Amino acid sequence: MMADVNVKINGISVTVPAGTTILDAARKVGINIPTLCYLRDVNEIGACRICLVEATGARGPVPACVAKVSEGMEVQTNTPKLVAARKVNLELLLSNHKKECLSCVRSGSCELQKLCHDYGIEDENAFAGAKNTYEIDRSASHMYRDNEKCILCRRCAAVCTVNQAVGVIGANARGFDTHIGCAFEKPLGEVGCISCGQCITVCPTGALSERDDTAKVAAALEDPAKHVIVQTAPAVRVGIGEEFGYPMGSVVTGKLVAALRALGFDKVFDTNFSADLTIMEEATEFITRYTKKDHLPMITSCSPGWIKFCETYYPEFIPNLSTCKSPQGMFGATAKTYYAEKMGIDPKDIYVVSVMPCTAKKFEAERLDHTAVPGLPDIDAVLTVRELARMIKKAGILFNELPDDTYDLPFGLGSGAGTIFGATGGVMEAALRTAYETLTKEELPKLEFEDVRGTQGIKEATYTIAGNVIRVAVCSGTVNAKKVLEMVKSGEKQYDFIEVMACPGGCVNGGGQPIQPASVRNFTDVRAVRAAGLYNDDIQLPVRKSHENPDIKRVYEEFFGEPNSHKAHEILHTGYTVRQKY
Amino acid sequence: MVKKISKLPFQGTPEQEAKLKDVIAAANGDRSRLMAVMQEAQAIYGYLPYEVQKMIAEGLDVPMEKVYGVATFYAQFALSPKGTYNISVCLGTACYVKGSQQVLDKLCELLGIEPGECTNDAKFSLEACRCIGACGLAPVMMINEDVYGRLTPDMIPDILKKYE
Repeated sequence: MMADVNVKINGISVTVPAGTTILDAARKVGINIPTLCYLRDVNEIGACRICLVEATGARGPVPACVAKVSEGMEVQTNTPKLVAARKVNLELLLSNHKKECLSCVRSGSCELQKLCHDYGIEDENAFAGAKNTYEIDRSASHMYRDNEKCILCRRCAAVCTVNQAVGVIGANARGFDTHIGCAFEKPLGEVGCISCGQCITVCPTGALSERDDTAKVAAALEDPAKHVIVQTAPAVRVGIGEEFGYPMGSVVTGKLVAALRALGFDKVFDTNFSADLTIMEEATEFITRYTKKDHLPMITSCSPGWIKFCETYYPEFIPNLSTCKSPQGMFGATAKTYYAEKMGIDPKDIYVVSVMPCTAKKFEAERLDHTAVPGLPDIDAVLTVRELARMIKKAGILFNELPDDTYDLPFGLGSGAGTIFGATGGVMEAALRTAYETLTKEELPKLEFEDVRGTQGIKEATYTIAGNVIRVAVCSGTVNAKKVLEMVKSGEKQYDFIEVMACPGGCVNGGGQPIQPASVRNFTDVRAVRAAGLYNDDIQLPVRKSHENPDIKRVYEEFFGEPNSHKAHEILHTGYTVRQKY
Repeated sequence: MVKKISKLPFQGTPEQEAKLKDVIAAANGDRSRLMAVMQEAQAIYGYLPYEVQKMIAEGLDVPMEKVYGVATFYAQFALSPKGTYNISVCLGTACYVKGSQQVLDKLCELLGIEPGECTNDAKFSLEACRCIGACGLAPVMMINEDVYGRLTPDMIPDILKKYE
């Protein structure tokens, strides 16, 4: 037990545990201290000096984000001297910033812009002088980096290293030449980036952003020869509301479908359907592999960021990966085969758009080695939640005022098991629901597998199903995948089935989700709030098990035969490649 | 100044590699020894090319960008090899006011390289340095251990000829 300390913040007394930062103590009495480089648990470096406060016992202003309170400390957070210092710091940042706010993708969600506004910056060129010039790096398939908008907060580099154990970006050179880049100044597309996009979600400015594919999709929608269909991933329904002012965690499925229809998509489908299809294939694959003790632990393959991580950093685990395509891939593959056949449309004329909480899905869509129709991509374009929100706003669609709509058949029905794919542990739980009933031929008494829920980085559980002892692990954030794989390699842990999601908390916190500024991220567990929305959605859905989804039953009856059939293997499964780290 | 990355092909020997592997093994996976390992690597190879940084990154299980970030932050680390003859031009205050920048510019022009680089034949490398304590002779440069003082740009071609 740490002792408590008594401090005064702007004259207000508060008692907090020893070791509390000034930032958190102030928050406790309702005082916000502005921050810029600080990202809780990830980037605690006190570098930007925006959070400077005056504290008794200190020689000069101290950074509230890292300075700890001490007994009797009196803190002032908002004196004229501090306000002036913060203002000068902002003016200095602006002196080497590409001030293209009118055309910047982050205008309105830029933390630098907000601070400048809050602090009443009058002259954005107060310090005119030398400026750095950089080429925009557009080499990666999922994002670009404009170093002229970078303020060197290092949040991107920290999240890449701390949460993802990838560390392909960092600060190079020093002084005025300091810039974020890769080793030997290689472009991002040529290093071991896993395309997770976590860097984008933590960037305070427009320096990092997803590759914008909205023009490509708009052009397809205008093309009368194309039958343009769209799928929406589970976590999109709980993410997109934030772009339109809904409280975090709101599930807005009906409005989402209505907005997509208003944009002109010929059919609006649910990736929850193909998540169910994934479960049918993956649970069957698992039961077979478990029975034969074939390359266990089997590891899930839904998260393309994780797949790229495995291929790049742990290629020895490639045989352990499930061969199932991700739900996005299964949807595209089914659309260009079964759906094309059923509708009598040439698959060449079907244009499949995915709306994903993910940037790695853009990379996944460009993997063309195992597509359902040779020579045709399974997926033609991938939009992140942010891009879709931009399209909706641009089209003048009043999202909040739309009447709720429902998905189209035959891929309109997704089970609750499909919906929880969006949270860490969801794929495991969905697979267990189906595996249990397949193995025991009995109804599952309780659908919730609580042990695999929650936002902890690594979760473990052991289940005995029909006499089979199944040891599972669930992890999210590739740093945790690294830990789990190392434990498996060393023999410290034995598992039969592992779920990995590249992003911490799973897709609800994916790299393609709406931006939440550090001022929110530092005090709210975005992962937990959004996940709660999905678990609530699961409870309210009429079907909660993948194998009971009537649309799934139909697609097997009419087309695939049975899970893991030859045809299912041809269309719904894939293969992997060893990738170079450097 | 941003360090120039050498385009010269890597010419490390198996002996050098064995030495570096020993250094990495001695660090015993302690990532806080990164800078020390880099210093020893530079002592072995004379500079820290891609191939060497890759060995360090893999040996200590740190991202290669981390190694490169450190290599480009500290002035002591070089990304270009030293030539047979390393030319250091003093840009300290006394030399600078006496025109050492023009001397350096002339060297760049004649050798076709920028400070921090090495000629393609690996004969000359060029660097700008701070005061070498010979201000009375300003402007000053050193070629390996030889000191040249009271320089003017037109003296440079004849000096370089001595080393050809």
